[in-house]
Amino acid sequence: MELFDLPLIWAFIIGFGIIMYVLMDGFDLGVGILFPFAPNEEARDTMMNSVAPVWDGNETWLVLGGAGLLAAFPMVYSIFLPALYIGVFLLLAGLIFRGVAFEFRFKARTSRYLWNWAFAGGSTVASFAQGAVVGAYIQGFETANGVYVGGALDWLTPFTVLTGLGMLAGYALLGSTWLIMKTEGNLQQWAYKITLPLLLAVLVVFGIIGVWTPFVDEMVRERWFSNLSIIWVLPVLTLLCAIQIYRSVRDRKDGMPFVATMGLFITTYLGLVVSRWPYVVPPEYTLWEAASAYESQLFLLLGLLFVIPIVLVYTAWTYWVFRGKVRAGEGYH
Amino acid sequence: MELDPLILSRIQFAFVVSFHAIFPVFTIGLASYIAVLEGLAFKTENPVWVKLSAFWTKVFAVVFGMGVVSGIVMSFQFGTNWSNFAQASANFLGPILSYEVVTAFFLEAAFLGVLLFGRDKVPAGVHLFAAIMVATGTFISSFWILSANSWMQTPAGTELRDGVFYVTSWSEAIFNPSFPYRFAHMALASFLTGGFVVAGVSAWYLLRGREVEANKKALSMCLWLLLFIAPAQAVLGDFHGLNTLEHQPTKVAAMEGNWETSRNVPLLLFAIPDQENQRNLHEIGIPSLASFILTHEWDGEVPGVSAVPVEEQPPVAIVFWSFRIMVGIGLLMIAFAVTGLVLRAGGRYWRTNWFLQGMRFMSIAPFFAVLTGWFVTEVGRAPWLVYGQMTQAEALTPSLTGGMALFTLIGYIVVYALVFSAGVYYLMRVLYVGLEDRDEDEREADRPKRPFSAAHVPFEIDHNSDDTVGTAKPVNQGGH
Repeated sequence: MELFDLPLIWAFIIGFGIIMYVLMDGFDLGVGILFPFAPNEEARDTMMNSVAPVWDGNETWLVLGGAGLLAAFPMVYSIFLPALYIGVFLLLAGLIFRGVAFEFRFKARTSRYLWNWAFAGGSTVASFAQGAVVGAYIQGFETANGVYVGGALDWLTPFTVLTGLGMLAGYALLGSTWLIMKTEGNLQQWAYKITLPLLLAVLVVFGIIGVWTPFVDEMVRERWFSNLSIIWVLPVLTLLCAIQIYRSVRDRKDGMPFVATMGLFITTYLGLVVSRWPYVVPPEYTLWEAASAYESQLFLLLGLLFVIPIVLVYTAWTYWVFRGKVRAGEGYH
Repeated sequence: MELDPLILSRIQFAFVVSFHAIFPVFTIGLASYIAVLEGLAFKTENPVWVKLSAFWTKVFAVVFGMGVVSGIVMSFQFGTNWSNFAQASANFLGPILSYEVVTAFFLEAAFLGVLLFGRDKVPAGVHLFAAIMVATGTFISSFWILSANSWMQTPAGTELRDGVFYVTSWSEAIFNPSFPYRFAHMALASFLTGGFVVAGVSAWYLLRGREVEANKKALSMCLWLLLFIAPAQAVLGDFHGLNTLEHQPTKVAAMEGNWETSRNVPLLLFAIPDQENQRNLHEIGIPSLASFILTHEWDGEVPGVSAVPVEEQPPVAIVFWSFRIMVGIGLLMIAFAVTGLVLRAGGRYWRTNWFLQGMRFMSIAPFFAVLTGWFVTEVGRAPWLVYGQMTQAEALTPSLTGGMALFTLIGYIVVYALVFSAGVYYLMRVLYVGLEDRDEDEREADRPKRPFSAAHVPFEIDHNSDDTVGTAKPVNQGGH
């Protein structure tokens, strides 16, 4: 009676949306994390200009992801959000502050330093919260009859603090390699300089997370260690990406560090997905159990099949229009 | 004292949604106004229309930006505080709210950038088309949101099985019984809001003698619009009320402050509802008028609040008074619109100080009318979240504690206070700077995709600039 495995299709759509969001909002959050450490105010202008035309397009993926999750996997939506209640608030507050900082910093003169802090603080809090969400997902949730029954701060554990820090380091790396690609002169030199220490930080934190994760949960351990499976390709690829970042920074390449960092994120993300597949609310519920009704998934899918290509084309076009280096003094004042 | 997560969540939702609602209700009306101005500019090539459109587009950009920011929070509220409701209603509300996001997405992606930044970069026809599409898009967005809300008021096209709503008919669910009335009522409310704000701001400029020609035209246009829309809203509101009487009689009873189901019910002008004793104190009313308005017969039967058990009654005082404030403002709107018509004789409408002062204050009135209107419909539904099918208490997130809810309630109040005072302050700056031509350096280096960058106004007051242009030579002894 049901023609397609719609929950599976929806899992791919939402999985795609998540990685799109992480990669795209990741670099502009990263620029925000690096903001207070920038060499000077002129560099900050350029940093903000480099992400200004694209950041809010990037963030709309988050809103679509939230609404799509409610429509396609309501159980995920109605367990994650209560379980991460305080974290979600911090995430939203961080995103709001950095969002308005974008708008007002360019208009401000004497109050500019306030908006600098709003931008940096908001970006940092939002990034940490996202990392903690990932950690909480790996940890799993305490549920009964499809409802979250744990406490307000169950998500905040040493493990999720570590994944939060990992996300901070990872986004900062995306930010610094983005700046290498989009800027020149002193700012680019500064970005080169901080990229290798950031890479080291990412490798250390991701390494600890990688070793720790199998001990957080039996199922994950089994999946990775029960027999030598094909999934070990993923961490190997992650390492290759890291090596590629190192070499391209050493050789002062422009675009490759950013591309390799995206590769590092994608392979890590896939490694995470295979660890828990097909559980979307670990440890209890699979994507089929968490799915909404067939006709509801179908009703929305028809619209999205029409809209997502348009959004992708438009996104690509925006990046194309704003391609090339952002120069100091160009853009907003 | 035990903190009640239910009441705190209700306050939190009321706070964030009220804050959010004032932005879209204005942008929907304003988007249509801009589309009309663009159409006039396109047809007549009169530079006044371009000037007005360019100015109000700036205002639109700022308000739209604030609406988007506050809207992000809304899409997570259902999950954080009302997760049982989210889980139960996702089969219907999930796709509907997603379609709203998708519409907004599409609008933002394709047309907003062209409207805000494309005036000199695309042909005039394309710019006009973008303006029309943005206006259309705001209506499509509100179509989905109001459909979702109306379904919660008058659920249809769904059936409840094992605690989960399943859609049996999409068309019945989307076009549920109260939807057409609510949509029309909100559409007119948006026009009224846009109209009164534009008229009020124009009146303020006229009082200060700034850009008289353009602002005179803007005021005149708005007054014509309001003359038709304000009375139409009263008629439509009556139809909406009759629809509510049919589907949610208890809400109407609360609006009328009528406790016992009876005939010849008076229209109460004043009363202090006493829910505990199920009666009113200090009633002042017009005999039989409520019966006549609701049933169109003087001795028609009007339902009473006491017909349902106390635990199924809404808080009557809030509904009763919100309704009176809304209607009172509505009548005031009609009065101002008619006064505008009278003052057209001899062209006095743009030179009469007291009228312009009044219009200036009326610019904030629609926001109160909209908010109190929503209080009536939302509080009047209590204790139900999905009318007759799911209560607010059942909808609440089970793991939510009073402490958590209080933490985020205070958090949102602090965040909104900071962010939106900056936003409203900036909006005031945009209005203060006004329609006059600015220096070229203010408008260099536009880049699309960021609404506020369309506004070209510095954040702080710069005493060395010519911000105060025009204020030195007021025509009228106007207010400041």
